[in-house]
Amino acid sequence: MIITQLKDINEIYEMIKPYNKILVAGCDDCCQPPRSLNEAKLLGQLLELKARTEGKDLKWKAITVLRQCDDRIAATTVRPFVEEYEAIVSLACGLGVVMMNKILTSILTFPAQNSHFGGTQYNSENNFIEMCETCGDCIIGETGGVCPRAGCAKHLSNGPCGGMVDSMCEVGGYTIPCAWVRMWERLKEFNRLDLFKKYRGPRDFRLSTSPGYIEIYKEYTNEQEEKKEGKE
Amino acid sequence: MAKRPAYSNLCKAIEEGKFVVTGELEPKKILDLSKILHSAEEMKKTGKIVAANVTDGPQGDAYMSSLVPSYLVQEKVGMETVWQVTVRDRNRVALFGDVIAGAVLGLKNILTLTGDHTALGDHKRGRPVYDIDSTQFAEMLSMMIDEGTDYEGNELEGGKIKMNFGCVANPNSNPREPEILKVGRKVEQGIDFIQTQTAFEVDEAKDFLKDLEQFNVPVLLGVFPLKSHGIAWYFDKFIPGVSVPKDLLKSLKTAEKENKGNKPAKYAAIDKINIEYFEPFIKEIKKTTKAAGIHCMAVEYERLFGPLLKDF
Repeated sequence: MIITQLKDINEIYEMIKPYNKILVAGCDDCCQPPRSLNEAKLLGQLLELKARTEGKDLKWKAITVLRQCDDRIAATTVRPFVEEYEAIVSLACGLGVVMMNKILTSILTFPAQNSHFGGTQYNSENNFIEMCETCGDCIIGETGGVCPRAGCAKHLSNGPCGGMVDSMCEVGGYTIPCAWVRMWERLKEFNRLDLFKKYRGPRDFRLSTSPGYIEIYKEYTNEQEEKKEGKE
Repeated sequence: MAKRPAYSNLCKAIEEGKFVVTGELEPKKILDLSKILHSAEEMKKTGKIVAANVTDGPQGDAYMSSLVPSYLVQEKVGMETVWQVTVRDRNRVALFGDVIAGAVLGLKNILTLTGDHTALGDHKRGRPVYDIDSTQFAEMLSMMIDEGTDYEGNELEGGKIKMNFGCVANPNSNPREPEILKVGRKVEQGIDFIQTQTAFEVDEAKDFLKDLEQFNVPVLLGVFPLKSHGIAWYFDKFIPGVSVPKDLLKSLKTAEKENKGNKPAKYAAIDKINIEYFEPFIKEIKKTTKAAGIHCMAVEYERLFGPLLKDF
């Protein structure tokens, strides 16, 4: 899930201040906490109230999109409204906002949220934890399933730094467990400290340099396979 | 791996089997280095200090880079330095560039550190680098020193750099095992010595040194004589994993209170407390462990070195 947080209402209002009719678009898919139709309505109401304090009459409509980052879904859902409105406020993560701007070229879409990380919710608690950094070079097979890149504030590859106190990380006031201690505990439990001791060389940052681009569709026919094997 | 030659006075002294003592200098937000140079002079005068560490933005604060003071202390005072370099602020390109610059300036010792996170320092909104970690930095230095190449294997014009380098280890680490395993990995990457974070409890220190014996690498145990109650309190409260014994804190406070307004008496009382605490501590370490020496982190507290180290 993509962990997001609503921006301050004043910041959102500043972005849409020049417009009188706005479309507030929720997103149904991976945003956490959920940002769907109800949240879009609430944001519309808040913006309307804020506009009223400035003596302005803001017209708005709330809709929701199954996935704003999917060009086809977003286009078919939102395009029918574009003519009527002057701007869109999106409750999607950054991916959704970028895609809306890409496909809806006649209107500006503004972000209502800050997107933080790909995260998990643990023990149904009301907090989210980053556990994968989408680095393009997964090594959690060597670390007992704990990511040293997302989990360690210093992104270390070869063990805990000296800032760990009683298994807690120096960043965040010793409230977050040290990822390297978790790795050690887990690998020790499975008698795999050989993996913990392993030296890992420097990271290849080409794998995670922005903008990332991966081509997933490649032509493939069994004819190619036959050619490769010399079966003309 | 074949043992690397001792290029620095520090490593030569260790090789000769001397019980070595190193000091520490901390360039802060300053333009004038006279205080640092004065401290180095004072250390040199004692005749007991073989080299002085020059810190690199401790606690994540934005201070003067350690390169220039490391050079100037060697050049102007004639005191060898241990140039502390963290991987917090520089990527592999900048680290390589700085290290060869340091080599050209005649620096002989590097201490590789991860570095306290920027979130702990005075530029909390800054982006820390951590392109490579301190173990990888050790590998990079080994390549520069033993093979005369950069981290990608490209040849360094002019040959190999002549330096020794060490890593740090934390005796206060809890749990300790992952810390020891990490040090082992650094040893595999060719470090010449280990310098530890400060220890206050002699039994804990001995226990830690025992754990490090397996690596067969000289260890300098960190000790931190306390110049004032304020520093002791700060250290206790803000340095990760370090706790100053309560009795020591209390006696420093009492000494300051009793001698309020009388500076010489206050200094004498504080020095006495430190000598009473650390002299037997260091003696015990020297006598009962395989430690190669101590790293004395008493920044701007050089007056203690003479009386504290008179028997070493």
